Formats: sequence, structure tokens, C-alpha cells
Amino acid sequence: MSRVVLGIESSCDETGIGLVRLHDDGRVELLADEVASSVEQHARFGGVVPEVASRAHLEALVPTADRAFESAGLKLSDVDAIAVTAGPGLAGALLVGVSAAKAYAAALEVPLYGVNHLAGHIAVDTLQHGPLPSPCLALLVSGGHTQLLRVDDIATAITEIGSTVDDAAGEAYDKVARVLGLPYPGGPPIDRAAAQGDPKVIAFPRGMTGPRDAKFDFSFSGLKTAVARWVENAERRGEEVPVNDVAASFQEAVADVLTAKAVRAATESGIGTLVISGGVAANSRLSALARERCEAAGIELRVPRPRLCTDNGAMIAALGAHVVAAGVAESGLDISANPALPVDVVSL
Amino acid sequence: MLVLALDTSTPAVTAGVATLAGADVTVLAERVTVNPRAHGELITPHLLAAAREAEVALREVDAIVCGVGPGPFTGLRAGMATAAALGHGLGINVYPVCGLDAIAAQATPGEPFLVVTDARRREVYWAAYDEHGARVDGPHVQAPEPLGRPVAAGDGARQYAERLGVRVVEPYYPATAGLVTAAREALLAGEAPAPLTPLYLRRPDAVEPSARKRVTAP
Ligand SMILES: [Zn+2]
Repeated sequence: MSRVVLGIESSCDETGIGLVRLHDDGRVELLADEVASSVEQHARFGGVVPEVASRAHLEALVPTADRAFESAGLKLSDVDAIAVTAGPGLAGALLVGVSAAKAYAAALEVPLYGVNHLAGHIAVDTLQHGPLPSPCLALLVSGGHTQLLRVDDIATAITEIGSTVDDAAGEAYDKVARVLGLPYPGGPPIDRAAAQGDPKVIAFPRGMTGPRDAKFDFSFSGLKTAVARWVENAERRGEEVPVNDVAASFQEAVADVLTAKAVRAATESGIGTLVISGGVAANSRLSALARERCEAAGIELRVPRPRLCTDNGAMIAALGAHVVAAGVAESGLDISANPALPVDVVSL
Repeated sequence: MLVLALDTSTPAVTAGVATLAGADVTVLAERVTVNPRAHGELITPHLLAAAREAEVALREVDAIVCGVGPGPFTGLRAGMATAAALGHGLGINVYPVCGLDAIAAQATPGEPFLVVTDARRREVYWAAYDEHGARVDGPHVQAPEPLGRPVAAGDGARQYAERLGVRVVEPYYPATAGLVTAAREALLAGEAPAPLTPLYLRRPDAVEPSARKRVTAP
């Protein structure tokens, strides 16, 4: 008897509702994936404003859920379990989703699973590429996170191998976009500019790659400052800033460090599969370089399609389905959202 | 008519079950905890506990009444998200009620009065009511000062009695009876509820970035 899992995501600026079907053989099928984004409301602030995001979640939640059920051709009464992002994320934003999830669980008399957003980014890949081999390595890159994770079991066993010590990769994109006069969020415009530029023009620093640096940690703060300094110096000399070349060179530095460390981690631990997910996974240079290096190292590369990589409810529903399938105990209806939920806590 | 009421617009986390027969509101069970940091944790357990005590299954409930503020944002949203999802999940209407009106519905000073609640940041939310409890002004948010009435209900009245220059009367928080009473007309008319929109009364704190700081000396 297959089961329908409803997933609710509200950790940042996307209100996501996903529906998946957990089949008896453990396969997880995507039924609906509806997202309402408040990104445009944050653009003029140059970053996500938590209160603006929280207000938008409350407004969008039920209408987005309605759209999800409609597109899946399901009724609320078809739901067998509910999964919700319990953390990490913005406290007030998480609270909206968690509160709603508890109420849905109470109204529909089905179990609730408070789950980890980061694990969701990995679990979403099973919707496209099927079950994950054990172990596999995951590189999560987005505006909020930059992490290398070892996944022995998506429902129960995830360990951090490395993470950023300062900015997330996506944050560096936003800041560099601002330096270059490109719009927020910075990922897509930098990717477009970089396509017209030469990545070898400027040798920007590769953070955390010195002999004494932590092997699998990342740092993007120095890179962001180096780009700003380079641009300011060019302006001072009265030169026109070669935006495309700066974007390409910056993007090359980011993609180089991310893929080098991920491939090295996989090789050193004898792991044969790398999953890259999160909003920055859609970056064209990152995926191209990862493909090249994984191929050279004999590693299978899995990158979910862009729609699945960014924050959404389907990833939470998918993770919820794996947690249900693993027989993990359900969460109480008194759980708290945890803005700093550690990555090794897959469900509460 | 079986009604579920909830409110998280003040430090009180309130959920209850009541019947509405004609104009009579009878509270069957209620759970209240005063803890401004536990709205998200407690509201669903409270409403389930109240339903259990009232020996009512949620799917028997005919309508939901939800306090929509004014109130500090985060806690307020916990209750409103709960009510919205509950109404959606049960397929029943959710009727919004101004939390100050719910307090006013249970205050009986016999003269025109205020309802004042704590808005934090040394400000209060307030509204003015006539002697019959009908709102005539507000809701507003501002620093506590004399507001033209000598009597006030609500926890803000208690906290700032001196600066408001008021005699304080109960209740201090919205409760089930007041919430259902304040929604009574809409419930009895069986009309479609007004949209479930929070009364924030304040804009989000957000500043547009000024010119980017240079990293090199000019
Ligand atoms: Zn994310």
C-alpha cells in the first residue's frame, strides 16, 4: 500500500508545498511541487529580510497547498504523513511552516515528521535519479549553506565533513553581484555575465586551500573582498571594469574550490557518488567543472534539475518519505522549530 | 454550533472549544498558558487537549475563530498559521477576530473603556469601546499615554496603568468566550469569513542598503 507524504518548507524566502508517493518498494515519486517565492520583496534590501519572509509565508501557505493538491489531483484526506522543515533556517519563517504542519497533522489525524532542511536538499535527488547508494557524498551550495556531507543513510545517518567558515557560496555571489552593479539574487546574473567573459583574466584567491587549512572547509569572505578590491582599484585607475571577465574569474574561483574539495573528499574516503544540490548547484560553471573532475576521478555525479535544487516542498516531502520508509518514530505535536538544527539530526 | 477558538496575539497561548446556540456562548473546555516564547510549541497541543476534555473530535467542529492581533508578529503568526491549516485540513471556515475586541467582549465596566495590550518596545496596542463594548476607535499602536478613557482592560493596561491614567479591569488576555462572542454575528449569519489577515500595525524592520562600503582606502 503506497503512502502519500505532504512536505512543507518555509525556512527562508520560499514557501514550498510538495506531495510525493512512497511506493512499497521504497521508490519515491514526485506528485506535486508548488513554490511561492518572496524573493522580489527582498531584492531592494539586497538580502532576505526575515520579517518580510515570515509575513509572506503566512499569506502563501494555504493557497500554495491548494495548488499542490490540485496539480496532483489529490484531496487532503489522501495524505498519510506530513513532513515539515524544522530547521535550520530563519526562526520566524520556520515557525509558520511548523505551526501549519502540526495543525494539518491534527486535522488529518496523520503522523508529523519534523525534518532537516539540509537533508532535504540531498533527498530531493532521489525523485529524479532514484535511491542513493550508500555511502555517498553531498555538496550543498546555496545562499544559506555550503557543506560537504557524508550520507550513509538519508533517513538516519548524515555527517558533516566540511563547511564554510564564513560566507555561504551563494552569499558571495550576492555580494559580488552588488560590487559589479548586477541585480539580486546574484547567482543567475553572474552566471550570464561569466558566460561572456574570460575566467583566466584575473587569478582570484582560492580560500582555505593552504597546506595548514582544514582540508574540507570553505571560505568565501576573502574572495569577495579580493573581487571588491580589484574592482575598486580598476575604478581608481579610471579603467572601465570588465564585468564579464571579473564575473567569470570569480565564478571560476568558486567552482574550482568547491569541486576540488568535493572530489578530493570522495576520493580519499573511497566514495563513488557525489550529489551536488542547493541553489548554486544550478550554476553552469560549477556543474561543468564538477562533471569534468568527477569523470576524471571515476566518480558518479548526480545533480538534480534546477527546479529541485532550490528550496521547495518536494525535497521535504521526499525526505519525509525516506524517514517514513525507515520506520523512524514520528515527531510530537509540541516540537519546536530549531533555527540552528545540526545537520546530523535528520528528523526530530 | 461547535466552535474552536484560538489566540496567540498576547503572551497567553489560548485554545478552547465552545458551543454557540442562538446568542449563547458556552465554553466546554479551554487551555491557557501564559508564556510568550511557547506559542509555536503549545497552540496545537492546547487545542487538542481542550477538544479531548470537551469530548469533541476535531472533525465535528463547525467553525474556527482565530485572534488576528494586533500582536507581536512571531507569536501571532504561530496561531494564525495553525488556524489557517486547521481550517484547510478540516474543510471549515476560519473567522478572524481582533484580539482587542475579544478582550472587550468580556469586559463589563458599564462605561466607555479602552482595551490595551503590550506591543513590546515600550508601546501598546489599543482600541476604544463604547459602554456596550462596540469598538469606536482603533486598533492603534503607540507609546502609553492618557487615551481619553479612565478605564481599561488588557495586560497592557495592567502594565502601564499609571502612564495611561486608567483604572484596570479584567480580562487581561483574549479568552475562548470573548473570541467566540466577538465573532458571533458572522458565525450566526453563516457568511463567508473575512480574509485571515494579521493586524500587524507596524511595518517590518528593514532598511535599504546605503552605498556599498569600499574595502580599499579611497
Ligand atoms: Zn536550502
